[in-house]
Amino acid sequence: MSQQFRLNINGRQVSVTADKNTPLLYILRDDLQLNGPKYGCGIAQCGSCMILVNGEARTSCVMPVSAVGNAKITTLEGIGTAEKPHPLQLAFQEEQAAQCGYCLNGMVITAKALLDQQASPGIDEIKEGMNRVLCRCGTHSRILKAVQRAAGTSNKG
Amino acid sequence: MKDSFQLPPVNRRSFLKQSGQLLIGFSLFPMVMCSPDNKDGDQTKVEEQPGRAGADDIDSWISLREDGTVTVITGKQELGQGIRTALMQMAAEELDVRMDRVSIITADTRQTPDERYTAGSRSIESSGRAIRQAAAEAHMRLLQLAEEKLGVKSEQLLVTDGVVQAKDNSKQSVSYWELLSGKKLSGKISGKAPLKNPTDYQLVGQPLPRREIIQMATGGEVFVHDMRLPGMVHARVLRPPGYGATLRAIPEQRVSKMPGVLKVVRNGSFAAVIATKEYQAIQALEALKAEATWESGPALPPQDELFQAMQKVREGQAVEESESIQETLQTAALQHEATYTRPYHMHASMGPSCALALWEENRLTIWTHSQGVYPLRNSIADMLQLDKEQIDVIGVPGAGCYGHNGADDVAADAALLARSLSGYPVRVQWMREDEHCWEPYGSAMVLQLKAGLDKLGKIVGWDTQIWSDSHSTRPGGEAGHLLAAQYLEDPFEKPGGGYSGGNHRNASPLYDFPDVRVVSHPFTGPLRTSALRALGAYANIFALESFMDEMAVLARQDPLAFRLKHLSDERGRAVLEAAAKGIDWDRRSKADHGLGIAFAQYKNEAAYFAVAAVVAYDRKSQELQLIRLVGAIDAGQTINPDGLKNQTEGGMIQSASWTLLEQITYDNSRVTSRNWDTYPILRFRQVPEVEVLVLDRPELPPLGAGEAAQGPTAAAIANAIYRATGKRMRDLPITPDKILSNKV
Ligand code: FES
Ligand code: FES
Repeated sequence: MSQQFRLNINGRQVSVTADKNTPLLYILRDDLQLNGPKYGCGIAQCGSCMILVNGEARTSCVMPVSAVGNAKITTLEGIGTAEKPHPLQLAFQEEQAAQCGYCLNGMVITAKALLDQQASPGIDEIKEGMNRVLCRCGTHSRILKAVQRAAGTSNKG
Repeated sequence: MKDSFQLPPVNRRSFLKQSGQLLIGFSLFPMVMCSPDNKDGDQTKVEEQPGRAGADDIDSWISLREDGTVTVITGKQELGQGIRTALMQMAAEELDVRMDRVSIITADTRQTPDERYTAGSRSIESSGRAIRQAAAEAHMRLLQLAEEKLGVKSEQLLVTDGVVQAKDNSKQSVSYWELLSGKKLSGKISGKAPLKNPTDYQLVGQPLPRREIIQMATGGEVFVHDMRLPGMVHARVLRPPGYGATLRAIPEQRVSKMPGVLKVVRNGSFAAVIATKEYQAIQALEALKAEATWESGPALPPQDELFQAMQKVREGQAVEESESIQETLQTAALQHEATYTRPYHMHASMGPSCALALWEENRLTIWTHSQGVYPLRNSIADMLQLDKEQIDVIGVPGAGCYGHNGADDVAADAALLARSLSGYPVRVQWMREDEHCWEPYGSAMVLQLKAGLDKLGKIVGWDTQIWSDSHSTRPGGEAGHLLAAQYLEDPFEKPGGGYSGGNHRNASPLYDFPDVRVVSHPFTGPLRTSALRALGAYANIFALESFMDEMAVLARQDPLAFRLKHLSDERGRAVLEAAAKGIDWDRRSKADHGLGIAFAQYKNEAAYFAVAAVVAYDRKSQELQLIRLVGAIDAGQTINPDGLKNQTEGGMIQSASWTLLEQITYDNSRVTSRNWDTYPILRFRQVPEVEVLVLDRPELPPLGAGEAAQGPTAAAIANAIYRATGKRMRDLPITPDKILSNKV
């Protein structure tokens, strides 16, 4: 049965009508026309659909819309735009840290949560923090460089 | 089929305006046909299209627009390999314009040349060559026009960012666009236009950034998955439980009453749902799946008997055979033989395949991330019994595909469904399980190698027997290669697999061996197969370069020195030496045990690539860690060194993943590698440090490079593991439990 939900997305209050079991991913992509979060697996295995929930990186493909409540949701679009990118997003451009780029949503979101928690993580901490996000193109080494660049730890081991 | 729904009418014009991919407001170019190149094993034959203009028109490739911009047109598709940037660089260079004036249109049957597939690492070699020629021709003609206009001999003219001026008088100047004053620059490519001297290059050879990455990092509309057309509806396809299953019944009544469901489509064993919203389509699919009844197909043979079954095939084609090979091997001072195996591997794109299609006014439009828009169009025309002129196929980037994955199949799904719901753009995306279970895989392979050494420790004979299913079942015009078509009420027969040129790719050694034999045995296996990055070259090079190491051990020689001793090809030697230097081979190979090296020239005609690997093995915990990979690549003239590095790094990491972790499993009825848990790939924790050294050869033609890393990386890792553990690992993937149980 469809219900109305009021959500806080990228700093704006929006209201959507959906079945309460609908994963937030589809609300974001289908109802709100956001491109950031991507469908990759639908079962919390790949990280393509990552969003920030009160600043924490979570998989939106398994989060029912009814469980969101008042949480502050931030998508890739809410972090920065192509015209005004966040330094972390810019770091991906500067390191040319993408091949196909499909995984970038999960990478940027996860790195954002990581860097917000820990200002200058070492390389092993970054690897650990990013471990749950998959990349099939093998862009890992550049993604690590981008995160290090954004953290200002490019030279740390 | 049910038709009991009402939707607001879609205004095609409004969405033509809104849809980003269609916003390209310039004239449609004549469609042209390139000479088909069937040398590659992964390019299925395509019928000729007589009566089309040739590929020798300038404006098939380059167009100067009134607003002072340049549009490059290519039939190739961006697959994450950075082809857009590289092709724009080549055009801007010959034309003498700044990069930011240049944009590019990729694979689109309405306006780009028919370049068949974006595959086999050929885009720079083929499309790049054509675009370079077209740009040079345009440059020459524009200078001729300027000569007339300014009254200055063309040798006395200088071009800076599209502005032509007399060398000795900067006041006398005119821009390309003024010269054309709104007219099209048309005409034939004579091939006589002089190409720029590589020493004058300002753009080619520079690591120019791909501009689209900022879009990817900020949620721009980048992928076909992100397209939203007005009135768009969503569909999901109910795939059978296993390959040969036939559909008995689906709960059509119940599902068609579910919220948002517009239509339940059934045609033979092909069933699907179309709904207003995406998640409604998924819920309806779940309901269909839960209650559908199927008749299972024939049982799959046991997976653990696969390799024996393959080797039972006696039939074979000699790819190459020295007359005296048998005798040479028998009389060699030392002989050795070994068998290598590779399991089925999958492309496993991060983004499940997706397509949009619209059937309207007797025309079908398809938006797809296929690698071949023209061949796909022909195949869909065959499936739907339409004239191909009724179909437009528009290429839009997808997630990385690494070969022939579900892209064409999902486009066929979308076409079938759009056909059943006229006037509405239908978006279909595969579920993760669909992608894992139904894409065509990279074939399992068995390689049996034999070689002989003379008394001086030189190889005198080399024999390779290959068993493999086909690496080439792309839909080149026949509907039978499209998944959905095989399950329709009147099914199209799936053309047989078996022998294809891709099976023996790179099996012939580049080394100077006096006697060589390579025989390819076609095998038709239980799983669907087609082109996966590097095709047979991945396993062939894994075997060849592992066996080279085995022979070095037998000859008691350093693996690097042993290779160099058998290799007179200068460029091959150069990459080997560069990779060795990069890893500090001479010093470390004495102290460090986990060091390995391998090399190949992709297809024996494209890029040269050598790679050194460092692994660490902890005997106690049996933990294996790939620490570092250093690659050296010579792709001839480097168009964009950073793009080349990016793609090669990616190839190395992906190959490491195949080599250390990946194999498709199946039981007697279906594939059991259904998601990322049952088909794990390399993650950050396991990813090695990678470095790529580029050996640029500006004076030589550019060579395809996108697949060069796959095979050598596998062998370098296996060779490093041998040195670390004393165990020769011949069965992929190389997992710690196999190392433990290996008795050698
Ligand atoms: S789509 Fe959510 S984790 Fe894969
Ligand atoms: S860049 Fe393609 S999946 Fe990561």
